[in-house]
Parts: sequence; C-alpha cells; structure tokens
Amino acid sequence: MAYGATTVLDSLDLTLLPGEVMALLGPSGSGKTTALRAVAGFATPAHGRVYIGGEDVTGLPPHRRGIGMVVQQYALFPHMRVSDNVAFGLRAHKTPRAEIPARVREALRMTGMEDFARRYPRELSGGQQQRVAIARALAIRPRVLLLDEPLSALDAQLRSGMLAELARLHRELPDVSILYVTHDQVEALTLADRIAVMRDARLVSCGTPQELYREPGNDFTATFLGGANLLPVVVRAHAPDGRAEVDHHGTTLLVTAPEIVSPGVDVLACIRPHHLSLTEQPTGNGLRGRVAELQWRGATHRLYLDLGPETLVVDVAELRDPPRVGDTVTVTFAPQDAVLLPDKPGDDLPTSPVQRAGRVR
Amino acid sequence: MLVHSPRARGLVHAGFALVVLPVFALPFAVVFAASFSTNWSGALPSGPTSEHYATVTSGDALDALTTSLLTAAAASLIALVVGTWAAIVVHRMTRLRRLTDSLFMLPVAVPSVVVGLALLVAFSRPPVLLNGTPSIVVMAHAVLVTGFAYQSVAAALLRLNPVYEQSAASLGASPTYVMWHVKLPLLLPSLSGATALCFALSMGELSATMMLYPPDWLPLPVAIYAATNRGLVFIGSAQAVLLMTTTLLVLLLLNRLRNRASYR
Repeated sequence: MAYGATTVLDSLDLTLLPGEVMALLGPSGSGKTTALRAVAGFATPAHGRVYIGGEDVTGLPPHRRGIGMVVQQYALFPHMRVSDNVAFGLRAHKTPRAEIPARVREALRMTGMEDFARRYPRELSGGQQQRVAIARALAIRPRVLLLDEPLSALDAQLRSGMLAELARLHRELPDVSILYVTHDQVEALTLADRIAVMRDARLVSCGTPQELYREPGNDFTATFLGGANLLPVVVRAHAPDGRAEVDHHGTTLLVTAPEIVSPGVDVLACIRPHHLSLTEQPTGNGLRGRVAELQWRGATHRLYLDLGPETLVVDVAELRDPPRVGDTVTVTFAPQDAVLLPDKPGDDLPTSPVQRAGRVR
Repeated sequence: MLVHSPRARGLVHAGFALVVLPVFALPFAVVFAASFSTNWSGALPSGPTSEHYATVTSGDALDALTTSLLTAAAASLIALVVGTWAAIVVHRMTRLRRLTDSLFMLPVAVPSVVVGLALLVAFSRPPVLLNGTPSIVVMAHAVLVTGFAYQSVAAALLRLNPVYEQSAASLGASPTYVMWHVKLPLLLPSLSGATALCFALSMGELSATMMLYPPDWLPLPVAIYAATNRGLVFIGSAQAVLLMTTTLLVLLLLNRLRNRASYR
C-alpha cells in the first residue's frame, strides 16, 4: 500500500482469531494505522486481500464490512445526543425501530454511560466521550472492533482506568475480535492476546505478549517492548537445556539460546533491566561496571553502568544504601533471563516480495 | 488585543471611529434623517414628518417590498440548493472543482449588467421565452449569487473533519445516509450563513434587475432608483430605510438560526 512513491504498508499478513484481541504495536509512521484503515475499508491495498469471517471484503465499502471503529478523536456527532449517537449505527443498519432503545441502553450500560444518554457530546469529558464512542461501535454488534489509539487522548490516570474497562468489556463480549492499534507497549501488553510489532511498514514479529517479552526474536521488538539491554557477544559453545556459552569482551556468560547457534557467530544478548541485580560475589554471570548515573524512581533505583563500550541499564528495588556515581559494582542475572537475538536487525524476518494487507478472520 | 496601554488603545479606538464611522455609518444616517424630512436646504434637514412612511408602506411601494422579498427568497433558495449540490459533487474531484470554481465566479467577476444582458438575449425568444415574467428576474439574481453560496459551502466542506464521515461509514451508514444525517447537519451553520449572504445581495441588486424587470414585478431597489430619478429624494430615502430594515431583520433571523445550529 503506497501513497505516491512512499510505501506506507509494505508487507503484512495477519490472521485475527474470533474473539481475539490483537494489538498492532509500533512507533508512529510504522504503518499500523494504515493497516487498520485497510481493514476498515478507508484505504485500498494495491495488492493483497482483506478477509473478515472468511469473506473477502477487499472490494466492499466500509459500511458493508460489519466492523465497528473507534478513533483517537472519538468523532462523536456533535449535533446528536449521546443516545442518538449510539443509535446511529442501528438506524443506519435499519434495525427494527422497537429494538433500538433497548440496544442503546445495553451499549450504554456496558460502558457505564446510561446516565448521560440525554447529554450532547460537548457536555462530556474526554473519558466519557471515549466511552460513548465505544458504546456506539458496540451497539451494532460488530464482528470486528477496530480501535485506533483509543486512549492516547486521555491523561495517564484515565488511561489506566479505561484500560481495565476495555479488558472487562472484552470478557463480556467474548465473540468480538478486536484489532487494537497503539504505540503504547503497556496497553498492548495489558490487553492483547497477541501483539503484532510493526516497523517501517513491515511486520517484525507477532506472538503472545509473554513470548515476545521473553524471546523477542529481534532487537527492535526487544527494545520497543519493555526496554532491554542488548550486549554484543560471540557464541563459544552449546550448553545443555537450550543454553549457550557466549563471550562478552573476555567474560564468559551463560545465556538462553532459542535456536541452535553455531560457535563463532556474532549475536546479541538481550537482558531486561529489572532482571539484573547487584551482587557482592558473583557465582555465575557477572558484569562489572562503573556507575555512570543513578536515578531514584520511588520504588526502584535505575543505574547506568559503564561497561566500557556499552552502557548497561539496571533497575533494582529501592536500595537503602545505594552506590555512588563512580563506584564500581558487579551485577548478575540468571541464564533464563538473558536470551540471544540475531545481531543484524531483520535477520530472521521473512522478506516476502508480495505486498499484503491485513487479514482478519 | 495587541495594544496594551489604555492610552494607545484609546488612540486606536479614536482612529477607528474617525475612519470607519464617516465612511460606513454616516451615509446611512443621512438617508435615515432624510426619510423623516420635507425639506433639506440648510446644513440639517427640516420639517420632521412620518408621512413618507405612510406612503411607502401602502400601495405600489409596499408591493415593491413584497416583490423584493419574494425575489430574494426564491433566488437565495435556488442559489443554496444549486451551490450546495455543486460543492458536494465536486468536493473530491480536484480538476472538476477548479472548473466549477471559475464557472460560478464568472457572474461575480463580470459586471451584473452583462449578466442581465445575457439573460435578456438568451430568453427573449422561443423556445424558452422568459422575458417579461418575474422568473427572469429571479433567475438573474440566482445566477449572480450562487457563486457565493457555492464558495462558502465548498470552504466549509474542506474544513469538515473527515473523521465524522469515516466513523459514520464504519457504523454501517451508506454515503447517502451520511450526507443527510451527518454532513448536512454539520454544514448547517455554513448553509445558513450562505443563505444570509445570498439574500442580502439579492435584496440590493439593481443593475441586472433594471434590464429585466417586467412592469408587474418591480423590486424595491428599482423603485428607489425611480423615485430619486424623479426628484422624490425623501420618498426614496424612506424606501431605502424600509429596504435596509427588512434585510437586517431577515439577516438577524437567519443569524439566530445559525447560532442554534452551531454545536461547538
């Protein structure tokens, strides 16, 4: 999919299972909104097809696709009361007139907005408007609910509240598939059954939040999802139980290798900041470094350790007696908390020449 | 305000009063004063009377007001429908839009006498014989003002956030349904603004009307012109005040409608 000469969505092949919440996660400009627009029908892919419930909807206009969509700006119709906004889709679908009030009430009840039915959108706060927008999309009982950065216009406190609401709504509506576009990794990790990470108009990885968090598969996913230290290491030898011995500037470390790696190969060891801990006598994996910076973050301390060529970020529970800047400390980690990634970004990615658009089942 | 000190602000206000009041308000004040006079030989008019108003609110003079109102209402309605329709049709077609832009600009750009002449030449002979009927006057007014309606609706359409249309479509509304239930209601403030503009322009139209009006369809501006031509300056002034007041009343009414139609 391209606008002029710029390819904004190059290759994407995703299958969304019934009742599944899929998060499309990526930085801005990664093509995630374009993918959503292709599913909704506001953008037509140059190649590839879009399927909803096994039906090819590529040629169908948006209003025939059986989708519900919620966008960042809510887009409530300002000239209609809340109840008329929610009833809009039902009226457009020619739902029998007698059924409409009950369906509107049900949708407003699910989002906790039944007391605001007579209000106009301008009389509501941002969070309330977002609830109405969700109620409006749910009232038509869509097969697929498309959410485009639905929480990014809310402040942090409201956002975590709405996140819990969305999770509850999904439990109440187990049949609705949700495609959730976001640049916020917390939203993706909290809500999604699976996360599809996008970068530069391509899908870089896709899996359950746990899979992607524990074994990111590539450096981009590792840093974008949760933040990670990426240490360049050289494979020395295999060890039992899917482990490998690697060399980091002369130090031998025992790490997890998800795939068979041949000795002598340059790879990256991915270690999450909070998996590192301070130690006096390292028994296994030990990294020594000078404290370059120390930040107190309330519940945690964040240390920036100067390892020589790299800086290591370490998050530890709040220290009574924290080291001072300039001190040399040793940190350690368990072998299962460090996982190997290919050295070059995109090494393990399928580079299909065929352009595909999002596929939703 | 960009000016902060009270002194400077006072100066700005004084300058504004010196320039704007004489240029814009004084002519109207003079006409207003003249409409109540019998004689104006000195510096100020004399012989206050309301007799002229009795004259201009009865008989032929009152008919002229009715004619003007009917013409303006019909012309602005036609302009609104045609202008809105055209603006919506060409909204997404850049090349056609440029063509339509210039087409509707043409009657505004050329002297309205030319428009009058064109209609006179075009419709004075069968098969379409409109000369001598009120409809040719209405038509001339509509041709002259449609460009304004078109422009304001086109500008409002460009400002309209496409997110409303897309949300409506995602909720299952067909393009026609979206047009009637989302786009037109959201355009309502601009539509009533466009109507007001067209109405005001039509109420004051003289030069094309002069070439086209039939004896039984004489709008108020033509009557004012005729009265002043015959030396009846005070009657003409009373008619001018009548014209201004009526137009302003209608504009106020449309403005109230517009305020009720704006949501944010």
